[in-house]
Order: sequence, then C-alpha cells, then structure tokens
Amino acid sequence: MSNRDVAVIGVGYTTFQALTPDVNWKEMMFEAASEAYEDAGLDPRKDVDSFITCAEDFWEGFSIFDEFTPDQLGAVLRPMHTVSGDGLQGLASAYMLIRSGLCDIVAVEAHSKISELLTFEGVVKLSFDPVYEAPLFETAHPYAAAGLEMRSYLEASGTTEEQCAAVAAQHKRNAFSNPIAGFAARIETDDVLDSGYLFDPLKKLEIAPRADGSIVIVLASGDVARRYAKPVYLEGIGWSSDSPWIASRGSDAPYAARAAEQAYRKASIANPQKEIDFAEVDDQFAFKTLQHLEALGLARPGEAGHLAEEGALGRNGHLPVNVSGGSLGCGHLMEASGLAKALEVTLQLRGEAGKRQLSNARVGVAQSWRGVPHGTGAVAVFSRRD
Amino acid sequence: MAEQTKEYRATLKPEGVRGKSIRKDELREVPHVTSRPNAKYAWAAGVAMSRFLDELKEGRIVGRKCRKCARVLVPPRMFCERCYRQTDEWVELPGTAVIETFAVSYLDTDANRIKEPILVGVVDLDGAPPHCGFMHYFDEMSPDEIHIGMPVEAVWKPKEERDGAITDIRYFRPRRK
Amino acid sequence: MNLKETNRSAAVVGAGMTLFASRLQETGKEMTWEAAKMALDQAGLTLADIDAVILGTAPDAFDGVHKKGEWLLDGAGGVGKPYMRVYTGGGTAVMAPIAGWWHVASGMYDKVLVLCEEKMSSVQPHAQSAFGHIWDPILDRPLKPNLVWIFSMEMQRYMHKYDVSYEDIASVAVKNKRNAVGHPCAQLADPDITLEDVINSEPMALPVRRLDISPPSDGASAVVIVRGDMAHDLTEIPVFIDGVGWCIDTTMWTNRDLAFPEFVVKAAKMAYDMAGIDNPKKEIDVAEPYDPFDYKEVQHLEALGLFEPGEAARATREGKTQRDGELPVCPSGGLLGVGNPIAATLGIKVGELFWQLSGQAGVRQVKKDIRTGVTQAWGDLMQFSSVLVMRRH
Repeated sequence: MSNRDVAVIGVGYTTFQALTPDVNWKEMMFEAASEAYEDAGLDPRKDVDSFITCAEDFWEGFSIFDEFTPDQLGAVLRPMHTVSGDGLQGLASAYMLIRSGLCDIVAVEAHSKISELLTFEGVVKLSFDPVYEAPLFETAHPYAAAGLEMRSYLEASGTTEEQCAAVAAQHKRNAFSNPIAGFAARIETDDVLDSGYLFDPLKKLEIAPRADGSIVIVLASGDVARRYAKPVYLEGIGWSSDSPWIASRGSDAPYAARAAEQAYRKASIANPQKEIDFAEVDDQFAFKTLQHLEALGLARPGEAGHLAEEGALGRNGHLPVNVSGGSLGCGHLMEASGLAKALEVTLQLRGEAGKRQLSNARVGVAQSWRGVPHGTGAVAVFSRRD
Repeated sequence: MAEQTKEYRATLKPEGVRGKSIRKDELREVPHVTSRPNAKYAWAAGVAMSRFLDELKEGRIVGRKCRKCARVLVPPRMFCERCYRQTDEWVELPGTAVIETFAVSYLDTDANRIKEPILVGVVDLDGAPPHCGFMHYFDEMSPDEIHIGMPVEAVWKPKEERDGAITDIRYFRPRRK
Repeated sequence: MNLKETNRSAAVVGAGMTLFASRLQETGKEMTWEAAKMALDQAGLTLADIDAVILGTAPDAFDGVHKKGEWLLDGAGGVGKPYMRVYTGGGTAVMAPIAGWWHVASGMYDKVLVLCEEKMSSVQPHAQSAFGHIWDPILDRPLKPNLVWIFSMEMQRYMHKYDVSYEDIASVAVKNKRNAVGHPCAQLADPDITLEDVINSEPMALPVRRLDISPPSDGASAVVIVRGDMAHDLTEIPVFIDGVGWCIDTTMWTNRDLAFPEFVVKAAKMAYDMAGIDNPKKEIDVAEPYDPFDYKEVQHLEALGLFEPGEAARATREGKTQRDGELPVCPSGGLLGVGNPIAATLGIKVGELFWQLSGQAGVRQVKKDIRTGVTQAWGDLMQFSSVLVMRRH
C-alpha cells in the first residue's frame, strides 16, 4: 500500500474574540477554511476527499447542526460528517480515514460561536444526568464541579493554590506574543490569588474566558505531504473517556493518561519527558494544566506545580507549555479548543510562531479535554521530520 | 457458534409482542423528572442575510450573484457554495415566482391537527435560476387550485408593520395580470 | 480517494436491537446497554474484548441532554475506552457503522462496538417540538414549520417530475408493514393492512398521510465489527463491509432539486466503486434503503441505481420488491413497519443485512441465495446519505 503516514499540510484560522456580531458562524468558518485551502494550495471542490466538523447541538442552538456545515467548507455534494466531540477527536477521525487507505486529503473544522449562547450556564447544566445530578446543580453554577475536582487534585498531588495561580498568570502573559489571542494580561501570581474564589478553591482569574473563532486543519497522506515544503507529521493520536458520573472519577485525569498512552505508542515515544519538546495542553481551569501535564507523563505526579513555580513551563523553560497563551490567554473555544492546541503545535513546528517561536522545537504534543462535567479527552503528537 | 445464535434469539421478545404509543395518563404512572432546558440564543444574521432582511423591510427581495457560475443565490450568501468563492454583486428580483412544490398541511408546528389546511411550499423566484427560492405560505387559492408551476406574487405586510423578517411577506398569491 | 485500494477487510460478527416502541421505563443508557449486550453475546465477546466504541444518536434535544454522547457513554460500554460519536441526523444509522469500519480498517483497532440509540418519547408534547430547532432560524423558523411539511413538498415534487402515482408509492407502506410481522422488535407490523388503509388514512400534510410515515419510537441497536482475519474465529458466517460511501448536499434545501437525491447517487457510487460493483441492478441481491416515508424508499432505490428514476414505485406495486420478489427490499419491515427511532434504525438496516446475509433472519429470511446487499440511511435536512455494501465472502 502507499505511504499511510499522516501530516498537516494546511491551516486556517480566525482571530479569537469574545464577540463577533458582524459575521455569522458560516461566514466565520468560510474565512478559516478559505485560508487553510490557500495555505495548502488546493481546491476543496476537487482535492479534498472528506470533510469533518466538530460540533455539539446545544452550543449551536440547533437540532442536527450537521445540516448547516457543508456550504462554507466547500463540502457540498462531497463526503462530510460531524463528530460530536472535540477538535482533536475530529483530527483522529481524519487520521483513521487516511490510514484506512480511503482518503488522501481530509479537512477538519471546529469552531466556537459561543457568544451567541445567552444561557451558557443553563446549557452546561444540561450535561449532567437529568435524574441524579442535575437536581443538585439547580441552584449551583455547573463550574462548582470544577471546584470539587480542583480540591481533590490539590489534596492528592500536594499542589498548592499559588502554583495554580502561577499557571494562570503565565498563560495570560504568554498571550501577548500571540496576535490572535483575545485575553492577554500583564498579571502576576498575586493578582490571580487576589481575584477571589468563585468555586473555592478555584479563583476568578483561573477560569478561561470564552471566545469565538474557527480553525481548519487539512491533513494528508504521506504521499501527498511529501510534495509540501513544511509538512508537520501527526505521529500518533489517542482519545479516551472516563465514567460519565462525576462521583466515579479520580483526580488524576485518567482519560488523558490513556489517550497519551495510545498516542505515544503510535508515535513510538517511550520517554515523553525526554522526547517531547513542548506542549499545548487543556487549561480551561488553571489547575487542569498541571493535572494534564502529569497525566501526559511530562511531569511526575505532584511535580507540575513546582515546575510552574520555578518558571520551567515558560517560553524559555525546559518544558514550554501553552506558549500560545492557552485557553486562559486566547479564550476557550469549546469544541475548537483541541484544534487551537494542534494549530499552535503546527505553527511552532513550521517555525511560523512569530514572536513566541521556540528554538529547536521538533516534537510537540497537543491535548484536549471536553470540559465540565465530562471525563473525555484526546492527545496528539506532532513532529517535523527534518 | 450455533449456541450463541440460539441464545441471541432467546433474548428477543417473542413474536406477537408489539410496541405502542404512550398515552399521557400512562406517562404519569412512571417515575420521572421533568425539566425545561434553559437554552437561549441570539444568532448574528451575518453579512448577506442582514442585507436580505433590511431589503425585505423595504419590500424588496434581493439575491447575490456569483459571476463564475452565473447563478443568483436566493437566499443570498457571501460565498458561492458550488464555486467556493466570494459572490460578486447584489441583484434585486421582481418578487414574482412560480410554485416549485407545495404541501397541504393539516398539522401545525407541534403536530396538532388543524381544520383548515395551511398551504405552504417553495417558490422558484423569477430572475433567479431554477431551484433558487425559499419556503413560504400560499393564500387566496384553494387546495384544489394550487399546483406546481402556478405563477404567484408576494403579498407584503403594510410598510409600518414590517420588521425585517421573512414574515414581512405575508404569503404568495396567484399572480394578477 | 483510493476506492479500489482501500482496506476491505472488516466484518460484522454480531448484532442486536431492542424492541422499538415508546419505552418510558428504560433510560437511553439502559436501552443502549441492552442492545450492546445482545450484539456482544452474538459475537461471543465481552466488553473487555472491545478496543473502541462508536456511538450514533440524533438530536440532543430529544433528551434535553447537552453532549448526549458523553451522557450515554456508560450504557454504550465506552468507559475507559476510546469513544467517538458521529452525527449526521437520520444518516447516523449507517454512518456510525461506517465510522466503525474506519476504526478497524485504519489498523487502529481490532474489535469495535457500534451503538445507536434514540429515545424520542422524553420530549413533550411531541418529538416534533424538538424538530423545531432543525430549521434555519431566519428563513424557516418564523414560518413555524412542521417537519412533515418538507417531506410532503419533496414527495410532491418527485411525483410531479416523474409522473408517479400516489397509490404506487403507498404500496411500499403496505409491503413494509406486512414484512415487519415476523420482526420481534416491530412497533407497527400489520399482517392485514391493505392499500386502501393507507390511501384512506388521515391526511397529515398532503400528499403525505398517516400511514405513509414511520412512527417516532424509542430503541437502540448495536453491531460488532472486527478485523476480517479474525471474523471466522468468532462466527460461522461473517458479513464483510466491502463498500462505504457518504455525501452531503447544500444546507439551502430550497435551492436543491427536491425530486431526485443526487447526494444518494454520489454516496452510492463511492460505496459501489469501493466494492467493485459496476452494475448494481445485477450485483445487488437484497436492499435495505432508508424508508421513513414510503416515497423515500422508492426515491432511494432509484438513486441507489437499483431502478430507473420514476420506476421503483410501480415495481413495488407489481411485487418486484417483495421478500420473494426479484429484488427483496426492506425484508426487515423497515422503518415503516418496525419503527423509526432515528439513529437506532441501525438494527433494521445494517443489522438486518447481517442477519439476512448470514442466514439468521428466521421467518424474515429471504429464501433465495443472497450474497451481496446494500443498505442506506438518509438524514439532516433531507440532504445527507450514507451507504454500506455488505457481502458474504
């Protein structure tokens, strides 16, 4: 069979902003998709074998959102489907389509138009089991569940509130060097600590603000990718789910550990601490960054907080994490958040990350989590093979 | 292998057992919780549709032309989904049409039965290529008269009642000479 | 696309489905578990043997649960496993097993479980209320549409363009509701139904009448898909997935040719090309097209290349698509006879072809020797289709 490696050959993206009233979601997706096809130098009407959008009905306000996806992606009368999941799960689907031999080029889109949802809290509450869990959250904000998880993570790992606050400050500062980030801020650990408890021990500035935006990533088989100047190879990808019951979960993000194990196996990574140069991990809440780094094997249990405190996770540290600014600095993009991580890893490996470019970035990992109250996430390992 | 198959069949309900619809009173017999989703949205209409709605308020139907495939897109879009490029210019249409297809509905939105049927369908707008139109109501015609290919024209709400919505057109009626 | 060189070695080795009916007592999770258990039992496997789980379920609005896939995941057996939900409206019924195919054909996994679930009775006052959110909020929703309207409009356009009679179309409903009599999960099987019953049933949105429509329903279905070289160790007669295809048309439904579903033609061509089928009329022995309405069965048969445009309805009335006819169509009883829990119709499409092609369909078994079957589902706002070609090797 032909070369079934998988590589990124094109990316397109809008800026990430709190409000985007001037365009509808279709026009926003069209902008990102046009840019991605331009970047890959291809015509979606002829060259793309299959299209994928990652979306959830209640984020969008539609039943069967899949209806509203093909036109703006160039997918009319072509194979296209929706993954009800995070952008990295969309990339995983594209990866499998290429590995099966069926497709050579697949476009994956994910977006957020979350500013149009007027009752964010109300919709997140609909994610709880309607019989057992939802009644408990009738008067509580759903993010209280994140406070519960943070407390158990701090207890189990010995991580401190100061360490979590340091992460939030770092990511918001990182965002200054990312032109598409919407929430950069020149703040220090103390500012975060002083921002007040919303869901004790979770503080206001440790919660990623929401943003609108669209990202499109075009993947291709090894044969096609070879023709490109700067292919970034998707060396391995994995995804996994924990129990849907919040009471049945551990505090160490086992979904991320299992997803990483799968992705590392595919990518032949035996020692992630040595072999991975930088990471873009889910940081919807500051503590999740540390929890995820440990689950990914990039820090020992309980160690990530110390790394954050010592500055080891900064752009010049030994493990740069979320140099893009992450969700805390760029804004959280719902199902597109995983693609935002993959986008940053790709730009870094291409050497196109501008002011925040890392030197000697060769292998990067992107990781996503589907948010409160879920235990599902994905991990993707990318490399430049020169 | 054969055993598995047998076991599988045993798990299915015997023949003759049929499902049925559930009545309201039966619903009350089962322990259940009720809730009403709190989900509200404000969608940006977007560049093309905002203009479309503004023009409806003025009593005009407009489309966007794609010079590459020469189609006039109604409802208008800023990009042509076939050519995958930005559309080029605004085109005003005369507001007359023929009926592309229709339904004679004895059901309302929530599937309640109604006595007087709603006439509803798709109009194929004059000035646009085939299969370019939108859904709307028909009136001033009977269920016996309505037919595919029937020439119709838009009946507008009085100007002061229009609010920039598809319902600024009340319905389409048989075209008068 | 590399249709001729694609990995074609994945097979179905087990299937299961629940009763299709309004099922107040069970939750979606419980129904999903029931179907999964049946499919695993038939394959002689346990959940521990399964590498990954694929879920299909249609609108979240039916349950009022956000990210419904995450909620269903323990019933579906996805805890601790790679778990993926694909979503193409009604087309999910055949899209989920296609995703199951690529999980295996990619070499990522050896054994996967594909689940489809739908519980339409939870939404009040009627499943139609959830369908209100399917429409474009600017163009369609202000007109307060009912979903039946567009099907009626499509049927009207189809009858007009190809000069097809309502009576011929209605004979599909008679056939399928009679076929369903042998189906243990059937909701609306009726051995005595006549053409007059359908023609005289109450008008919904004419030309569509009550008996032209499949009923909303609750239920779940599952299939187990494994690597081809393992299939014979698990079951006597595995049924291979030899062709997959799917296609979506424009969102702008009023800009489509409603008389003929071009997207079905394209999805079918993809699946046939992959399966090496040049002449479907000759090479397909049995078909399970999507039949939520009687006119959809004939429209789909034509787009699948099994009849010329406009001819399938008459052929149905002449008996050609009966279980013992030239081309048995919907021997399961279809959605019209068994019920229509949207995505869960997996069991009467892919499940039925598995049981038929492996000779396990019991009283529904097609008598003549059948080796190759095609099944298809249809969804979104009348614009998406997924197609599977299944074969006994």
